[in-house]
Amino acid sequence: MLGEYRAGSGASVITRLRGAWEETRKSYAFIERNWYLTKRYWAWEAVWLTYNIVNALSVTFIAASAQKTIPGVHFTQAQINQFILYLTIGTAIWTFVSVVFDSVTETVTMERWEGTIEYTFMAPVSRMTHMFGSCAFALMHGLVLTAVQLVVVGLFFHLDLGKANWPGAILILAIGSISLIGLGTVSAILPMLFTERGAQMAYIIRAIMLLVSGVYYPVDVLPEWLQAVSRISPTTYTLDGLRQTIQAGMGVGALWYDVWPLLICGAVSVPLGLYIFHRAELFAKRTGRLKRNG
Amino acid sequence: MAILNRSVVREQRMSRNEQDNSRHTLLTERELARLDAFPPLEVSHVSKRFKESGGFVLPGRPKREKRAIAALDDVSLAIQRREIFGVLGANGSGKSTLIRLISTLLIPDSGRVRVFGYDVLREQRAVQRLINRVSVEAAFFRKLSPMENLLYSARLYGVNASDARTQINQLLNRLGIGSSRIDQPLESMSRGMQQKVAIARAFLTAPVLLLLDEPTTGLDPRSKQDVQVFVRELRDTHDATILLTTHDMDEAEALCDRLAILDGGRIVAAGTPGELRAEVGRNLGLTQPATLTDVFMAYTGRDLNQEEDLADD
Repeated sequence: MLGEYRAGSGASVITRLRGAWEETRKSYAFIERNWYLTKRYWAWEAVWLTYNIVNALSVTFIAASAQKTIPGVHFTQAQINQFILYLTIGTAIWTFVSVVFDSVTETVTMERWEGTIEYTFMAPVSRMTHMFGSCAFALMHGLVLTAVQLVVVGLFFHLDLGKANWPGAILILAIGSISLIGLGTVSAILPMLFTERGAQMAYIIRAIMLLVSGVYYPVDVLPEWLQAVSRISPTTYTLDGLRQTIQAGMGVGALWYDVWPLLICGAVSVPLGLYIFHRAELFAKRTGRLKRNG
Repeated sequence: MAILNRSVVREQRMSRNEQDNSRHTLLTERELARLDAFPPLEVSHVSKRFKESGGFVLPGRPKREKRAIAALDDVSLAIQRREIFGVLGANGSGKSTLIRLISTLLIPDSGRVRVFGYDVLREQRAVQRLINRVSVEAAFFRKLSPMENLLYSARLYGVNASDARTQINQLLNRLGIGSSRIDQPLESMSRGMQQKVAIARAFLTAPVLLLLDEPTTGLDPRSKQDVQVFVRELRDTHDATILLTTHDMDEAEALCDRLAILDGGRIVAAGTPGELRAEVGRNLGLTQPATLTDVFMAYTGRDLNQEEDLADD
């Protein structure tokens, strides 16, 4: 928001700050609009929440059944509980990532469908403000759905949270979310450019993240070339950091090897995402792809 | 009589420049100064072509040639402040492309578009603060209510939310949408009512250049008349300049101070309705001025309902 506001080269600091404040206020338009849409589509929210919970339970039961599925190996209850917690964190973060991606891409998809995209794109709002508002709502939306899912999963399994370092976990999640804004912005380009199947094409970004980020297994088990890909996925570091803080109770200071890649991913992905979105918008305006469809 | 009333109102308005400017509460002093210094709209030698996709071709097969379609071809026009300028054209003649170019939604291949002196490409944000648009289809989040849709739009333009709520209620009531409907989903409303909400959305952001792209197409006569009255009122009371594209000759006659006829992406005639009718009447050897339909037929050689082979409208 700050970057794109043009107050002129001679504008005073106060004018620039006022401009930045105006843009911040405008970003609330997207948060409020998405909240209204979420309320109106409450049935879909319920379906999506149920799907995520059922999915998380299905995956987590794999850990609960470890003793029976691997004959001849004896696991202690503490080991099984650790496995359960490992998968619970994986499913929770996967829900969070999925909801954030879906929320961001769906706002563009829905705008295309309803024909409002032209009105949003001709409003005096920077794309950074646009994406900031959309992503802020997506992050809040993701947090709420993930929290509900965790509560329900907690009713089914014993989650050993005795060592958890919650402030550290929250910090890791916050830093990891910055990269999600960048990646979400990139994924929002697809429904803008590819009218009919753009939203579905965004799934490929999520699918690759699911494969390489260590959601349900450590990345060490991947072939080496996929491990190399996992190093550029911010979700790899978010998951590792969360598991270390929640399962092992480690402090953020000891997790510097997860924090700095997340900071770099955030610092690179947000401006890069906005730049790519800007280029895609120019392409859409050159080729007439912002027209109503649906 | 209506024309007489309009001219009296216009004279009164011309002497109230300063009062008019005080209405533009969303504009800065610098922007207000530009309103008197520059014409609302200058379109200079603008061309726009669209390429059709060649589609996927198997290796070894001959590639299909991409067809380029000229939507606008060297179009130039200028609009004076507080004018209602009409653009007449058949479907596919390039009207909507012209509106989209001015709205910063398309990039021209060549030529320049300026709004109050601001270039639509280089000073996009400044242009966006001064304009708004009503298109042939009322595009809204249909699950949301008029209040929710309009509040979203108002926030994007920096209108304070509490002021916006008051204005939205007043505007929609003024347009005949009762308070009980304001919080109901738009999908339950008729097309005419949705179009009125679209007009309210544009008015809410206090544009000084309003782009109306066939705003009454498909509306019943009553809704059409309501919209036309409101458009006139918008110009007379709000100091707005209006670019209107239409199919409707009666509407053009009733609303427009000047007209341009767009055919195949080119402007083939321009002038006041009276001038155009008189000229065509003379050319056709009529004893009285021709109708606007005669004018249209004379310059385009086609019926309004005949579509041109263009993709934009």
